[in-house]
Amino acid sequence: MKNSYQADKNGYYGEFGGAFVPEMLYPNIEKLKQEYIKIMQEVSFQKEFQQLLKDYVGRPSPLYYAKRLSEKYKTKIYLKREDLNHTGAHKINNTIGQILIAKRLGKKRIIAETGAGQHGVATATVCALTGIECIVYMGEIDIARQAPNVARMKMLGATVIPATSGSKTLKDATNEAIRDWINKPEDTFYIIGSVVGPHPYPDMVARFQSVISEEMKRQLKEKVGTENPNYIIACVGGGSNAAGAFFHYLENEKVKLIAVEAAGKGINSGESAATSLLGKEGVIHGSRTLLMQTNDGQITEPYSISAGLDYPGVGPQHAHLFKSGRAKFLNATDEEAMQAGLELCKLEGIIPAIESAHALAALDKIEFKKDDIVVVNLSGRGDKDLDTYISYFNY
Amino acid sequence: MNRINQKLQKNDKLLSIYFTAGYPNLNDTSSIIKNLESSGVDMIEIGLPFSDPLADGPTIQQSSSQALKNGMTTEILFSQLKNIRKNVNIPLLIMGYFNPIMQYGVEDFCIKCAEVGIDGLIIPDLPVDVYHKKYQEIFKKYSLVNVFLITPQTSEERIRFIDSISQGFIYMVSSASTTGAQNSFGESQKNYFEKIAKMNLRSPQIIGFGISNKETFKLATQYAKGAIIGSAFVKFLNKNSVGNIKNFINSIC
Ligand SMILES: Cc1ncc(COP(=O)(O)O)c(C=O)c1O
Repeated sequence: MKNSYQADKNGYYGEFGGAFVPEMLYPNIEKLKQEYIKIMQEVSFQKEFQQLLKDYVGRPSPLYYAKRLSEKYKTKIYLKREDLNHTGAHKINNTIGQILIAKRLGKKRIIAETGAGQHGVATATVCALTGIECIVYMGEIDIARQAPNVARMKMLGATVIPATSGSKTLKDATNEAIRDWINKPEDTFYIIGSVVGPHPYPDMVARFQSVISEEMKRQLKEKVGTENPNYIIACVGGGSNAAGAFFHYLENEKVKLIAVEAAGKGINSGESAATSLLGKEGVIHGSRTLLMQTNDGQITEPYSISAGLDYPGVGPQHAHLFKSGRAKFLNATDEEAMQAGLELCKLEGIIPAIESAHALAALDKIEFKKDDIVVVNLSGRGDKDLDTYISYFNY
Repeated sequence: MNRINQKLQKNDKLLSIYFTAGYPNLNDTSSIIKNLESSGVDMIEIGLPFSDPLADGPTIQQSSSQALKNGMTTEILFSQLKNIRKNVNIPLLIMGYFNPIMQYGVEDFCIKCAEVGIDGLIIPDLPVDVYHKKYQEIFKKYSLVNVFLITPQTSEERIRFIDSISQGFIYMVSSASTTGAQNSFGESQKNYFEKIAKMNLRSPQIIGFGISNKETFKLATQYAKGAIIGSAFVKFLNKNSVGNIKNFINSIC
């Protein structure tokens, strides 16, 4: 069956997905659902999008053969260098796409949620680029622990509003952004930062991130003579970098897809963010998916050393990939990720984002063959995480 | 006939009150309901608290998180409502988000509602089409009325569709907003109320969101069958004892 892992016309991936939004948001979501594919297929849209990805973001991002890392794990490891993108992560692929959609829908005001601040920075960046007002919601606790990104957003002209409700982190910032949208539905566009939220967001964000696997195919063909690696490994917070890295390989079952979640202090420690293992089916932020919750259906607060993986849910496509077995879900603890991050510094001279370090930590958990081709999606660079690295390793 | 439909047939200018179950104290639920009925309220919406109430403003967010801190759960709410029909005759609805209901099991939840004498449900994040395709039969089996929301942005076509599948009343959200008290309504709201009144829908409408005092209640009930007060009442409970609920109701109508 073709396309069985992609969204159907109502945004369902198997039993997951859909648009569980209050009536106040129905007109906006419905309009976007009607328009997004049409807009994305317009020649003028594609031209503008591709041009910006090339000249502004710096794409294509290199596919780098990591020789010393390959020696260590006795296989062939390639890194997809999303860390070299403008603003330092894959997040910009999506915000460029969404701002161009917002412009075509005639919206005058952009809102976004952010956890670590990476998506907030990527959104503030494209708003500066297009001259559109930008409001970023960020949990009060995250504002305190991600000061440099808060400053970046402000320098880029965005207004950062603290989310003071609930647990004061990413899920609450998302709630506040949704509430803002309910209050100003007509002039505002909500740029969501991952493959989460009501349909059509998960599909739209995955399409914008699909440039990652599109380039990967071409680059592998050129370097090793085949488009298809044996493994693709990516970390999963909401799941957007993984969705982009998997996109063009979903129907090719020979390519093993590995999603790595944050285990925090350990799966059974009570301080974890491994949603596929700890979550149950439910509805979060307008999507039916797997989420961490109490028996009574109250959403619980996840934990990870990496703020970008600290989300209690996972995108509906990933819930489906997990349940169907198409992707294998592994997890890495704080300690494993930090060591894997440091290892990449020492072996390859690359300081990875701690999110991406979770993907690297999976290298130690899989038995590779000598000739396997393994692509790790290096979703971001570690500059934003220096404080965490410094205090963790006492540099 | 369901108590909601009976009420809608008999009275005009209905006053419906929302409160969050488990707030201010875990076990206030039945005394709040009894005091509301004896103060002359026509209908009650019992809020099942949720950790992430997307459609609510600060007042109800705060009451929900306090209720959860107090230990409120779905099971406890049903046990508090177990004997409520021994004393209370007005329609009772539960207003809650879909996730806790889904975790309880939609059919089990409906069975419990029927058992304790709940007449209807308002689930803001359960979309009309999902309800219509997936849950309508279950709700009907237990004689539960599901109430849908419309807003100033809802298209006429969609209002007609919602009207065609509503069994009780239509919940008319007064403006594009989350819940929260407003002191007065502007021209655009009046125009919207008038437009809906002129549509001659088969389901009566009750206006909610932003009703807070005599003035807003009076205006809303000029156009609609009734009005719902939520945040303003929750705020009142923050400062006043349950025994004084009569004072609040008397200040409205
Ligand atoms: C570098 C990096 N990787 C990964 C993530 C996780 O998000 P997603 O799972 O949507 O790719 C983030 C989120 O902030 C990030 O900054």
